[in-house]
Parts: sequence; structure tokens; C-alpha cells
Amino acid sequence: MKLKTLMLGAAAAFALAPASAMAERGSDGEVKIIYWQAPSILNPFLSGGTKDVESASMIIEPLARYNEKGELVPWLVDEVPTVGNGGVSADLTTITWKISSGIKWSDGSDFTSADVKFTYDYCTHPEGGCAQLTKFENVESVDTPDANTVVVKFAGPTPNPYGPFVGGESPILQAAQFANCLGAAASTCTEQNFNPIGTGPFVVDEFKPNDVITMSANPNYRDPAKPAFAKVTFKGGGSAAASGTAVMETGEFDYAWNLQLAPDVIAKMQEGGKGTPVAGFGPLVERIMLNQTNPDPNLPEGERSTAMHPHPFLQEPAVYKAMSMAIDRPLLVEIGYGQAGKVSCNWVPAPAAFASEKLSCDTQDIEGAKAMLDAAGIVDSDGDGVREHNGVPLSILYQTSTNAVRQDFQALIKDWWSQIGIETELRNIEASVFFGGDAGSPDTFQKFYADVEMYANTFNGTDPQAYLGNGLCDKAPRPDTQWQGENISRFCMPEFDALHAELTKTADMAERARIGRELNDMMVENGGMIPLVHRGRLSAHANSLGGVVLNVWDSELWNVADWHRIDG
Amino acid sequence: MTEPVASSPAPIEALKDIEPSKPPRSQWKDVWDQLRKHKGAVFGMGFLVFITLAVLIGPYIYTVDPQKLDIRNKDFRPIYTAIWDGDSKVGWNKPLGSDQLGRDNLAQLIAGGRASMAVGWAAMLLSLVIGTFIGVVAGYFKRLDGPLMRLTDLFLSLPILPLLLVAVTLFRQPLRANFGPEGGMFILIVTIIAITSWMPTARIVRGDVLAIKEREFVLAARSIGTTPGRIIGRHLLPNVLSPIMVSAALGLATAIITESALSFLGVGFPSDFPTWGKMLADAVVRMEEFPERVLLPGIAISLTVLSVNYLGDGLRDALDPRIRGR
Repeated sequence: MKLKTLMLGAAAAFALAPASAMAERGSDGEVKIIYWQAPSILNPFLSGGTKDVESASMIIEPLARYNEKGELVPWLVDEVPTVGNGGVSADLTTITWKISSGIKWSDGSDFTSADVKFTYDYCTHPEGGCAQLTKFENVESVDTPDANTVVVKFAGPTPNPYGPFVGGESPILQAAQFANCLGAAASTCTEQNFNPIGTGPFVVDEFKPNDVITMSANPNYRDPAKPAFAKVTFKGGGSAAASGTAVMETGEFDYAWNLQLAPDVIAKMQEGGKGTPVAGFGPLVERIMLNQTNPDPNLPEGERSTAMHPHPFLQEPAVYKAMSMAIDRPLLVEIGYGQAGKVSCNWVPAPAAFASEKLSCDTQDIEGAKAMLDAAGIVDSDGDGVREHNGVPLSILYQTSTNAVRQDFQALIKDWWSQIGIETELRNIEASVFFGGDAGSPDTFQKFYADVEMYANTFNGTDPQAYLGNGLCDKAPRPDTQWQGENISRFCMPEFDALHAELTKTADMAERARIGRELNDMMVENGGMIPLVHRGRLSAHANSLGGVVLNVWDSELWNVADWHRIDG
Repeated sequence: MTEPVASSPAPIEALKDIEPSKPPRSQWKDVWDQLRKHKGAVFGMGFLVFITLAVLIGPYIYTVDPQKLDIRNKDFRPIYTAIWDGDSKVGWNKPLGSDQLGRDNLAQLIAGGRASMAVGWAAMLLSLVIGTFIGVVAGYFKRLDGPLMRLTDLFLSLPILPLLLVAVTLFRQPLRANFGPEGGMFILIVTIIAITSWMPTARIVRGDVLAIKEREFVLAARSIGTTPGRIIGRHLLPNVLSPIMVSAALGLATAIITESALSFLGVGFPSDFPTWGKMLADAVVRMEEFPERVLLPGIAISLTVLSVNYLGDGLRDALDPRIRGR
């Protein structure tokens, strides 16, 4: 395999030059990437899927993106505009981007501000269903005073103006290529959506939807020495376990994405000696959401799991606090995630400024939990081993998606809760149904026809304002929103809503962080959720692949131009 | 008939009936004798009895709770591993080792077998009843033949997995409310397996009934005014018993495999309720390190299904009077 790669590299290069780290463009042959979810389109504006966004990020690029530390770095511009350098107006309503000179599209034409403005028009076209519309929320207009300047005007003061054209989910499309694909025509432009012309290090040779993408180095890439690889094979499909094996044990592939596997399984694969797992921590948290409303199946459809009927016991502080205290989080981390997990008591564990340190939960306290329930008068009055609250037994339906690690968590947590006198019934639902969002299915996580449910959630970028908005009362899924909405636990607290409104008006970073931490504590302490594990993203790369920097704040393939072959 | 008269003359020696020296043999005794000659069938029956008894009585002898977590004693190997690897983690308290959460493998195997066998037997019996009924009715009543056989074709084209997913969505809630999470799911799975597996039985039975009902003895029965119900019960059913028994044996095997496949896919029983298929599914990612976790339930499924197949094979030979005795 390695020999073959080297030979291909040699063939692609001019002579039998040794494959050195910082060689000229295309000298390192071919790199093979495997994503166990296959990309189906290369236009992130028409798909919210991570697999599509990340595969497209090798071809089309944003003006600026986040690095592995979550800091903004200029990408197609000279510097990131701030209030300090005058790029962002003092009243926080405009941001001015200066495009670097000499950037060309892969077809040789010049990259100009007109392309950026076109991208805005493309996504905000009223007839087009743009998946990244939230990135352009609050944008009033995009102006282009000259070919290298883009001015984005917001409807009001925007403390975080880095939504449009920043990050892998908001790249720039070429105006000339997509001119006829506006609005309703967007999804019919198969040729454009499958072969977008970009500024990135690679160009598409052939795209087979839901299967494989072959790419080659972009001859017009701005850095003449990059990318080191002449060809890319981007394979999609399979399972996390199979792709991990392909990189770490058999060495068929160079990079495998998002390996959500138990730590002992990863460790076993690593013994194969062909690759190394890398972990990065973003704000992803595995949590148990507590239903604030009553999911009783005897309630009529349309009232079940809505604010009309509060939950019989989950709003009781002693109950949710005891449930949290009974959980041995370090053990969960050890069993489920290993190096890709940390104990978390927070809804927003990262970035560091927003991570609250007020709560602690890393020791299990079964006795304390029992005492707390006893003190609150929630005792087992009929001797069946299950406590009652106002005559209602603490009997819980606990659902999650089908995943080996999650089922292990369920079994453990059921055991701990049974020790403090809470009876649990487990259910697992196929992930495509659970996260499918189909308003007609009773099994989606939004409908929440269960007392508690476990899943992980995160946010993009480094500003959690929108994410913290998931605790707002009016964001609760309910029949008149077609069961859409992000406030899964139906958390409703006027103080929270008021404080969040204050956050949207605050510009000072330190103050924003303070409010953010307070919102986080409010949610957790009032029983909206039980955070369990701060999860990292775990990917694996071949030992012979250099330059990989795992980035959880942007596309994992953000620096693919720097990847190169090393002797390993 | 008539009372023997004491003064009747002595019968002529040559005309006297010779009393049968052996007691008469029943049909079932013949069947049993034939079955005993089939080594595979004897093995199959023996194993089936063994495994059925093991899962029925096992939990009273080996009283460990299969769902009990014992995280400090996780990842134990089976005791026999110590023979070639003295350093392995083994213990007499966990004869077949424990899984990644410290649940006892032997206890899980027994409990899992209980679920799998119960599903297998129940689904087999139900599909047998449906299949035989449809087959006999279609074969005997000409007017119903067409519609019933088209119905059979319709069911044959139903894919079981999507059907089960839909059924789970529709009926889980009411069944769970009435029979509990495990009972409700049991009923659902048994019903679905049964209604998607009765068709081969129905077709075979119909074919046999069609042939038998034209035979002289049926004609004779009809000519003396026997009702269709009696003809079916007295003359047809006993004669189609052998294909029914065979398809019963095969049906049991299919039902166990289908249940395992469903558990393997994570549809069905709650995740902490052990079945053989579930144990297999959980063990796949750690197959290299702990092969026994795949092998034990896998062997249990294979041997049960194999033994049932052999038993069915033997029964077919034994129940056919033309083969019997050869």
C-alpha cells in the first residue's frame, strides 16, 4: 500500500524525487480519506450534513475560519476585521472584509467581491431553501464598493458579526458558475452542486453521490507549494468501526472521521500500528434531557409532552438533583469515551471563557441522593422499592438512539437510579428515526414522548448565544410549530428569558461570558438537563500522514492543503 | 355380536383364527421406532430437550441476575481460558466470563435463550395454526382457493423488517400500556413473525389437501353424507400431518433466527433485556479480544436451529408410511 502510494506520488511528480515534507505541489501522490457517512452533495448551502460541509470544505472556502483553538484566522482576506482595526464599525452594525489580492478560482478567473455578494443573494433568495440561512440572520445588505471590498450591514448592533462568510458552513460560491441556480433552480443544478468551482486546494474530478469523490490538486491554488498531494480519494460509507480499522489496522486509508467507539475498541485498533487517533474538544456534551412536561400516553395527542401538563415529578428539585448525584461520571467517561471524554457538569463546557466552574459533579453520592429524597418527603410508601411523589411512583422511561456506547450508559444509569429508588425503563430508537425530525413519528427526540432522553449536542463557532437560546420558553417543540424547536426539555423560566435578552444586547466579551455562564448554571440547576460527558471528536490518521490538526470549531479538513506524507 | 352358545360344535381346527401373538402396534409407536433410527433426529431432539430444560430450569439452579451490573468484575474471560492463558482474568463466580459492564455471560445466555425459545415456539405455533387453516380451507373449498392463494402471494411479498418498524411505531404504545414493555414487545414480535411466515405451510397443506380430497376414501365419506368439517377433521388433517410437522420444525428455526436478527438490529426488546441476537450484536466490536461473547450465543443459535432442522428431517421420514420401515 505504502509502496504503491509512493510510486503514484513519484509518477505524479517529475522524477523520482524523495517525498519530503514541504515539497512542491503534488509531490506526495495520493491521500485517501474515509468518512463513514457518505457525502451526497458538495454544496453546503443545500445540505446541513457535516459530511457534506466537510467534504466541500476541501474545494470551496470562506473568507475566514476558526483554527483548532477556536480563534478566527483570515483565509481569503488579509486580516480579520475587528473594532480595533476599524473593520467593524463602533456601533457594531457593519463589518468590512478586504479580500487578499491575487486569489483565483480553480478555472483561472479572479476571485472578487462580486462572488461574495452573489453567495449572499444565493442563500437568502426567498425561493431557495438555504440550509445555512441562520448564518445570514440579521443581515440587511451586502455591498461591494470595489472588487476587493465587501461590506456587510446588519439590521441592528451585532456583537458577533462573524456569521456570514465565516467557517466551513458559509463558503463562497463562484458567481459565474451558479448564476443560473438562484432560488427554486438551486437544487436542479446538479452539475454545479456536484462539481463546484472553488478556491480551495483541490478540484473535483469525479463525484459519485453517496459513494466516492476523486479530486486532484488545484493548479491555481494561491500557495504554489501546496497542496502536497496530487490526488485525493474521498470514500464515504461503511461504519465507524470499519473506517477505524481501515486506517489504524489495515492502513488502506489515511484519515478516518468521527470514530464514536468505546475506548477499549479504539485502543485495540491502535495496536494495529498503522495509525493514531486524535481527539479535539469542542462544546459537544452528552446529556440527559429532563422532560418538564408530562409524556403520559393517556393524555390526548397534541397535549402529551406539551406545556399544558407539567411533569408529575421531574420539576421537583430533590428528584433531579438526586438523579444527577447518583451518576458516576468518571466511570461513564472511562467506559464510553476514554481520552475522547471529560466529566462535565455544564451545558456549555467550551470555549473556556464561557465554561462555568460553579458546579461540581465528579463524585457519585448515592447515600446523599437517598438522603435528599428522604428529606423532601419522597419515600417508598408502598414497599415496592420505588419512591412516590404525591402518590406518583418515580418510574421513568429513558430513551436514546441506538448506539453501543449509549446502551451501556443506559444500563449503568438505570442501575444507579434503581439504587436510589427510581425505576427506569429503557428504550433505544434507530438514530435516523430519533434524529429524523419527522413530525409524524412519535419517536423523535423533539417529540420527547419519554421522561428523560440522552443525546449529544453542540454549536458551531465560538459564540454560544444562539445555543443558549435553546433554553428559551418559546423555542419548545409543540404541535403548532410542527414539533420543531430546540428547547427539547421544554424548559421555561422567565428569568432565563430575560437574561438571554440581555446577552443579545451586550457587546463586551467579558460581560457576555459572565452572562453565558450564568445562563448555563440556571439551566442545569433548575433541572433542564443533567450534563454527563464533555465529548471530544475522535478521528484517526495514518502514521505516514503529516500536518493533521484536528479542528472541532470548523471543518476537520480545514488545513488539508498542509497535509503531507511523512516517513512513518 | 351374538352371544356364543355353549352347545355349539367345536370349530374345525383349520378354520380357527390365529390370535395375533404380539400386541397391536399404534401408529405413534411406529413413528417413534422409525425416528429412533435417524441419528440426526435423535441428536436434534436430545439437544432441543436439553436446551429447553436449560432455559426453563436454569435460572432456578444458576440464580445470578443476568441484568445485574458488576463494573469492577467486567471483561472476565470464561474459566476455560485459564487452561492456556494463566494470566487471564477468570473467576469461578463467572464461569463463562462477563461482558463490558460486568453482566454474567452464563446468566445472560440462559435468560437470552428463554426469550429466543419463547419467541420461536410461540411464533411457530401461531404461524402453524394460521398456515394450516388457510391451506386446508383453500384446498378443500374450491371457491375460496383463488382469493386465499392470492392473499398468500400478497403476504409472501411483505418485507418483514419495514413491516416490523411500522408495527413497532403503531402498536408499541397500546401494547406496552397493557402488557408492559417486555410483554408487549413479545406479543408484537411473535405476531409479526407469525403473520409473515405462515405462507409456505399454507401452500404445502393446500397442495396435499387438493390431492387427497380426490381419493376414494374421501369420496366414500362424502357419499355417506359426512359434513365437510368432519371430512377435514377425520380424513384430511391426519393425512397432511407430516408436512405440517416438518414445516413446524423449520418454522421454529426461522422464528429464532428472525428474532435474533431483529435484536441484532436493535429493534425490539429493551436494550437491557438479553436475547441471543442482542448478545451477538453487543459483542461484535470486541470480537477479537473476547471471541467467546460472539461464539457462545452464536453457537447456541446455530445448534438449536440445526437440531430443529434434523428433528424435522427425521420426523418427515418417520411420519411417511411409505418410507417407514425401510
